[in-house]
Amino acid sequence: MSATTASGDPRHIGATTAGHDPYNLGHGHAGHQAGVGSHREGGMASKIVVAGYGFWIYLLSDIIMFSAFFAAYAVLSGETAGGPGGADLFELWRVAIQTFLLLTSSFTCGLASLATERRDMVWTQGWLLVTGLLGAAFIYLEVDEFAQMIGEGAGPGRSAFLSAFFALVGLHGLHVSVGLLWLGTMMAQLWFKGFRPDILRRLLCFNLFWHALDIVWIAVFTIVYLMGAGR
Amino acid sequence: MLGKLDWSAIPFDEPIPLVAAGIIGLGVLGVLAWITVKGFWPYRWREWITSVDHKRIGVMYIALALLMLIRGFVDAIMMRSHQAMAVNADGYLPPDHYDQIFSAHGTIMIFFGAMPFVVGMMNFVVPLQLGIRDVAFPTLNSMSFWLTASGALLVNLSLVIGEFARTGWLPYAPLSELDYSPGVGVDYYLWAIQVAGVGTLMSGVNLVTTILKMRAPGMGLLRMPMFCWTALAANLLIVAAFPILTATLAMLTLDRYLGFHFFTNEAGGNMMMFVNLIWAWGHPEVYILILPAFGIFSEIFATFSGKPLFGYRSMVAATLFIVVVSFTVWLHHFFTMGAGANVNAAFGIATSVIAVGTGVKVYNWIFTMYGGRLRFATPMLWSVAFILVFVVGGMTGVLLAVPPADFMLHNSLFLVAHFHNVIIGGVLFGLFAGYTYWFPKAFGFTLDEWWGKVAFWLTLLGFVLVFGPLYILGLEGMTRRLQHIEVEQWEPWLMVALAGVVVMIGGVAAQVVQLVVSIRRRHELRDTTGDPWDGRSLEWATPSPPPPYNFAVIPNVENEEAYWSIKQAAIRSQSLGDEPDYKPIEMPRNSPTGFVTAFFSTLIGFALIWHIWWLAVLGFVGAYATFVVFAWRDEVEYEVPLETVIEAERQRRAAAEAWLAEHGGRTV
Amino acid sequence: MTVPRGGAAAPARSHGRRGWAFLALGACTLLLAGCGEISILRPAGPIGEGNRQILLNSLAVMLVIVVPTMIATVAFAWWFRAGNPKAKYRPEFTYSGRIEVIVWSIPILTILFIGGLIWYGSHELDPFKPLDSDEPTLEVQVVSLDWKWLFIYPDAQVASVNELVIPVGRPIRFRITSASVMNTFFIPNLGSMIYAMNGMETKLYLQADRQGTFYGQSAHYSGDGFSDMNFDVRAVPDAEFSAWTVGLTAQGPVLNVDTYRDLSRQSRDVRPYTYRHVQGGLFDSVVDQTLPPGPGPETGRGGAEEIHPESSPEASAEPPPSADPAPASASAHGAHHEG
Repeated sequence: MSATTASGDPRHIGATTAGHDPYNLGHGHAGHQAGVGSHREGGMASKIVVAGYGFWIYLLSDIIMFSAFFAAYAVLSGETAGGPGGADLFELWRVAIQTFLLLTSSFTCGLASLATERRDMVWTQGWLLVTGLLGAAFIYLEVDEFAQMIGEGAGPGRSAFLSAFFALVGLHGLHVSVGLLWLGTMMAQLWFKGFRPDILRRLLCFNLFWHALDIVWIAVFTIVYLMGAGR
Repeated sequence: MLGKLDWSAIPFDEPIPLVAAGIIGLGVLGVLAWITVKGFWPYRWREWITSVDHKRIGVMYIALALLMLIRGFVDAIMMRSHQAMAVNADGYLPPDHYDQIFSAHGTIMIFFGAMPFVVGMMNFVVPLQLGIRDVAFPTLNSMSFWLTASGALLVNLSLVIGEFARTGWLPYAPLSELDYSPGVGVDYYLWAIQVAGVGTLMSGVNLVTTILKMRAPGMGLLRMPMFCWTALAANLLIVAAFPILTATLAMLTLDRYLGFHFFTNEAGGNMMMFVNLIWAWGHPEVYILILPAFGIFSEIFATFSGKPLFGYRSMVAATLFIVVVSFTVWLHHFFTMGAGANVNAAFGIATSVIAVGTGVKVYNWIFTMYGGRLRFATPMLWSVAFILVFVVGGMTGVLLAVPPADFMLHNSLFLVAHFHNVIIGGVLFGLFAGYTYWFPKAFGFTLDEWWGKVAFWLTLLGFVLVFGPLYILGLEGMTRRLQHIEVEQWEPWLMVALAGVVVMIGGVAAQVVQLVVSIRRRHELRDTTGDPWDGRSLEWATPSPPPPYNFAVIPNVENEEAYWSIKQAAIRSQSLGDEPDYKPIEMPRNSPTGFVTAFFSTLIGFALIWHIWWLAVLGFVGAYATFVVFAWRDEVEYEVPLETVIEAERQRRAAAEAWLAEHGGRTV
Repeated sequence: MTVPRGGAAAPARSHGRRGWAFLALGACTLLLAGCGEISILRPAGPIGEGNRQILLNSLAVMLVIVVPTMIATVAFAWWFRAGNPKAKYRPEFTYSGRIEVIVWSIPILTILFIGGLIWYGSHELDPFKPLDSDEPTLEVQVVSLDWKWLFIYPDAQVASVNELVIPVGRPIRFRITSASVMNTFFIPNLGSMIYAMNGMETKLYLQADRQGTFYGQSAHYSGDGFSDMNFDVRAVPDAEFSAWTVGLTAQGPVLNVDTYRDLSRQSRDVRPYTYRHVQGGLFDSVVDQTLPPGPGPETGRGGAEEIHPESSPEASAEPPPSADPAPASASAHGAHHEG
């Protein structure tokens, strides 16, 4: 849809009215608003602002979904049903590496967006590739951890605590995996289509997504692993 | 190859669902055949199925909702008639069938009746009222609708292929766990709601962004029509609450599919967590439904009283107050779990505090009427009846929020009567009012008033007759969801309720007749001015039905009553002002993305329900491919040529001038 | 407002005794509902009496504003109809600070009253709160099963199914749990209800102040046999109660871990019967899950089970802490037998 809006002639339907103000809200009349200058209420934001804003709202909802899983984990973390607890299972070295990988990938993702600002295809693609590889390494470590735990008889069916653990950490892993798929698709798209406005908007959204996953991981790292390893 | 699916899934031994499904199937086939014979497919595909126009999507949402309301109503008829026949007898539905019916009734009415109706109404009206051309993400909007439709399809499939949940409309664990519900019923529920829920969530994101970022110039937040405020509130609630539903149902899915222990009896699972989580979504959900209805009433009271809404700022404050408080009351759904006196008291008080916001709204509507010049068209009848009915429902709601009273009324028919009182008397009355009010905007002709009034009176009478007795039965200790009843004392009231159902059938029939009669008389009922009710907000500034781009020139908003002031100025000066400088308009292209994605979602859902893993994988690949194709598009917009715009505008202005000439003398 | 507790039998019909005229509307409904024998408005004990009093008080407080609001709605709507030439059209009347204050303060005041009632009622009538009484409290252990109720009388070491007998005038401490899914234990004429949940114990104190047979039921849907989960509650004089428990010891089966397992299978429409002896600590074993949860049905419609993720193998590798070696949920899918 068109983003050109401000050209509207106020009199397109009828004559301009002296703005009456039935609720005494004190918003100025049209003339005053023009005098205020830059700030004018309402009006349409640019497409990139709309896309970014919408994606923020989505991320907000995603974080609420994570909160539900965090809440479930908090409720069930003590319910080991006689099975192993966090201290028996968690390997902090692995989690430290995972954290390092993910945080670095966030950094490289930022570098990619800087390269995008310069419209530099090679560096954008390069940093995106590094981001993807770091993410893939993160996923590899997580899958390996899961496989190891299930092999030791500490799968999600063992206890409610492990159910909550696998679901929460797995949900984050699922997000990272979907992010990787998105990333690959977008790299291809960028390669073939160049820095089109719609692709720039999607890159912005991807950046937001990737950083949000970082934030969630910090919470997972702290609440699940650090606090859990002490149990 | 087909997972758990085999011939035993078809209920050959149960005639009722088979016959019902046969009738539905024949109906669907008939419609499809008719479309094919008439050669309407290209039109359907181009103008509706692939449409990303918020108005078309809104209309499709509402059409889906009306169909599902009828489907849910049939369930209701069966439940009421069965219970009336089941006192010291078996009735005509065996338990496993009856249990599916009340579960399906609740699920369909809330998720596929009320929700699409509300979302469709917001979709249709909000961009028009904001003075803009579409929502923030039009293709996403199309996808939201089709995902909802996909969920509805899955629920209805369960009628003939397998079974539906026998757990109630909220699948309380551990009854919904694999141990106690080994069939596919709960799986149908889970996947249908997940698919539809994603659609709703996306729609919420879309509308929040639209309202906060895309208003006509000059339309500050405090100049938005009340309906936009309530839509904003409802969509904020969707964004905040639906992820909790998604998470909760995902946990139950993990329990059922992969042997997790979130809510099981064994291995430390916690069923109380399910109840808490589901109501942490469930209570805000109630306000997702009712707040837009409040918005509709606000518009209607103002329009038909010929006055601006009384206490607009108060109304906004009350709406936001309800939004915040609605997240602090979920525990009142289970006072009887034994949480302890302090917890119960705190949640009870929080619950009754919500009534303050509602109370303020009721008084402001009453004072909107005060000093007005009231016209009792059908929408206004629904609205006045709403106040009368809703204060009773609100009162019984506060009663249920008093823990000692709830200790005796929890899960009783009193509760059933209460929530039907607020959902029918509040949400549905509002939606019917809005349907009548905005119908001419959508289709260019008004609905037949006489049949509308018949439908209103029958529905109101039937409603009182059904739910009055249910209140009484609740006080007599009757609990809900009984397949057979061993207490004779309850029988007379069950009979009265059944009589009420018969009256309500009349009400529903009258609505159908109204639609048919109106379509036949559409030339007499034509709305030429685009403003059939003497409206006050911007949607009435457009012709009926509006062109795809809504506004040839985006209006400039200068006060709270954007269209009313323009109209009055035109009446005063007896002129429309000069023609503005029209320009060609860029609009988003149609896209089958939403439809195709929903098709694959249906496949995924069906495959996962029946454990047909290869099909599920295929569905995911298909959905991904659809996204890629969508993302690869080079042309995302088309241009409405200048001549088309000018032509349409000249017609609109000619109609407006004719109206002015006719009503010139009227001043306000 | 006073909530009589533990006192003598309250008269069955006392609604409307405050004589407030505006109660008429609500009272009509209530009277209609009070006609039947089974009614929360005809309490037979102090808890029901207290609950009812809170209910009526709350209703009265709300009717004070609800009735005028309804009248105002109709009156304004009628008076300001377009056809009434006497009504003054005031389109500019869209805001009034004074009215806003009133509009906010009326609901707030009402809710203050209701809030007080809620606070008081929640504490005074908390189901977990023991009753004051000179009489000794009787303990009854309640287990909801698919789909029947088991009542264990630990003092007499006897039990009954689908029939509850209690002594009049003595407080009863119900300890409640569930063998499988959620249920709610509810006797409308005696008062409060509370959930029965597996692996958990809830408590409820009730008392019957008059003799009679009352209707009891599950008030939370629990599956296909849910409608059969009702029972008679016989409130009898204390001496008769003692005689009844003694009489039980003479006949009927014994309830131990094995017979409990049979009992916990799904069955419908179970006629009342009694157990002459109950193995000690049975109720506690249900609560702490040393007795495994009752089994569910075999299948629903939707074909044979292709996969059935039992709690994964490593879980069942560990023997259940119970002394009895019975397999847990693996054997749970036993025959669905009709009682």
